[in-house]
Amino acid sequence: MLFKLEKRPSDSQLMAYCSPLLAVVLTLISGALLFASLGHEPMKALYTFFVLPLEDLYGWTELGVKVAPLLLCAIGLMLCFKAKVWNIGAEGQFILGGVGGGYLALQLLDVDAFWVMPLILLFGALCGLLWAMLAAWLKTHFAANEILTTIMLNYIALNLLYFCVHGPLKDPDGFNFPESAMFSDSTLLPVIIEDYRLTISIYFALFAAAVVWTFMSRTLLGFQISVLGEDHSAARFAGFKEKKLIWLVLLVSGSLAGLAGVAEVAGPIGQLNPYIAPGYGYAAIIIVFLGRMHPIGIVFASMLLALTYMGGEMVQMDLALPKSLTGLFQGMLLFYLLACDLLIGYRIVRAKSSPIADQA
Amino acid sequence: MDIELITNILFATIRTGTPLLLIALGEMVCEKSGVLNLGQEGMVLMGAVVGFMASVITGNLGMGIIAAVLAGALMSLLFGFLAISLVANQVATGLALTIFGTGLSAFLGASYVGVGIEGITAWHLPLVSEIPVIGKIFFSHDPLVYLSWVLFGLVYWCFKRTRLGLTIRSVGENPEAANAIGLSVLQIRYLAVMFGGAMAGLAGGYLSLAYTPLWTEGMSAGRGWIALALVVFASWKAERIMLGAYLFGAASIMHLVLQGLGFEASPNLLAMLPYGATIIVLMVLANDAIKAKLSTPLALGQPYRPQL
Repeated sequence: MLFKLEKRPSDSQLMAYCSPLLAVVLTLISGALLFASLGHEPMKALYTFFVLPLEDLYGWTELGVKVAPLLLCAIGLMLCFKAKVWNIGAEGQFILGGVGGGYLALQLLDVDAFWVMPLILLFGALCGLLWAMLAAWLKTHFAANEILTTIMLNYIALNLLYFCVHGPLKDPDGFNFPESAMFSDSTLLPVIIEDYRLTISIYFALFAAAVVWTFMSRTLLGFQISVLGEDHSAARFAGFKEKKLIWLVLLVSGSLAGLAGVAEVAGPIGQLNPYIAPGYGYAAIIIVFLGRMHPIGIVFASMLLALTYMGGEMVQMDLALPKSLTGLFQGMLLFYLLACDLLIGYRIVRAKSSPIADQA
Repeated sequence: MDIELITNILFATIRTGTPLLLIALGEMVCEKSGVLNLGQEGMVLMGAVVGFMASVITGNLGMGIIAAVLAGALMSLLFGFLAISLVANQVATGLALTIFGTGLSAFLGASYVGVGIEGITAWHLPLVSEIPVIGKIFFSHDPLVYLSWVLFGLVYWCFKRTRLGLTIRSVGENPEAANAIGLSVLQIRYLAVMFGGAMAGLAGGYLSLAYTPLWTEGMSAGRGWIALALVVFASWKAERIMLGAYLFGAASIMHLVLQGLGFEASPNLLAMLPYGATIIVLMVLANDAIKAKLSTPLALGQPYRPQL
């Protein structure tokens, strides 16, 4: 071996910030190679994927449409991951928020009052919270691995959504399509700019990011969460209530994901259908790692991941490539990030033969 | 319920349990060596799509199965490189493998959705398949089901009787000690991870070539994850994995049972059953926390970096 890894005396702060950038560059290079192998001009295809979607105001508002749910989910997951609670269940909590909020919206179609919209949002967030509560209960009472329970809850949530749109919540006048009726104006979130789809949910997301940031950096509870994640036994010696913290991070994360879900159905989508959750809950996991578990980083990472969704749609329209490129790019990004993160703790040095090998 | 219905249900139970059995056996070997690979779902999907594509292109189902196995093994190498060589966090790397595999398989298979093939057909084993009831339940399956039994036997025997089994276990229990007695920890872990990948790929191939001969995005439907729970449930014992796989298989075909009893229920609600059953199993395991702790490979999830 020409090169070998050598442990750094202490973790490199610089590499911690450079690693995401490096990962993005490597993803772009791989993307270029991929496009070339598919017979497309690599630069033009990359331009179509990453730049063309943001050409005009419409593009930027659409970016916001996708940033809002991603950011809401990711901010909640950040709390969980800080405490080393591996909540993979944002997707299910998102769906529950959508289904719950959607159900209420359908009941209140004809009620035109100021309290309708806040109530729907609250109920959606509450449904997400309840779904996360299940995971918290399973973890604290049964020591059940939260990765497995939250993923199972995701699949259950997805089937619940299918059940609802094929059954009780199906539009009676909908020609038997698995969709609910369209929501009425009083049950839809107000848009920010007339004629565009971006709703005020982006404000909720930014507000949540700011609140969580303050919470983590300014409060004792936030500090306790960080300590719990760094060192379980230290947290126990310090007398922190581990179970309470686990409940806290999961419930906050669940309600934020639930809010994202209800804001999505009572916003850009405007009804319940089987496709309300295009994997935002899973993409949010990548966002948290890419954003270095810091709210500012997470905002930027949300924008990048939102762009991968738009890029996928763009290359489908312009280059007739499958939309699933989105998932491929997301996966590559996370892989490269994990590989680059190695450079935080280790450095690559030229391998010299060791003294022991010389003697032999 | 008449005897024919029961026969059909048990027959379907084995078919449905087979992919779980394959994935969980592979993951068990991998975890025995101390590596926790949460990327099963991604590897299964890659096996499914690559196997399907190879079958369509070559027109040969055997090639499809080989391609599926190779695809799973290659994917696991990717995991191994990051988690073993680069000592990356195993949980995060496994998740990445699942996200990547889901994306890549959807991308590769995009033009194969809706393509139909002639799936792998059943081999009615001579003589034994003639036995009433038993013959239908056990000996009228496709060859991959029989292969899963052979593989089960091999894994069982390996950990019960052989030096290889001991070697894998020692690497997973105490890598430092294993290294000290001259075992190559990294090499053994790589091989165990690749075995897990190959088995997941085979399970994928089974899904897209035998179980339902077609490709759809995300067709593994969480089986990779259920298998992970199964390994814990089985406390890393092959015979309990087999039992668990068929129990989950039964939970997945409850609609057949209910129809037999004359109940009508939404297929979407019934589809929740295996996932709900997994959660319940995880809850029940809590009563056995000490036993679970004792059977968990000690170094599970901990990266190992040889000194020098």
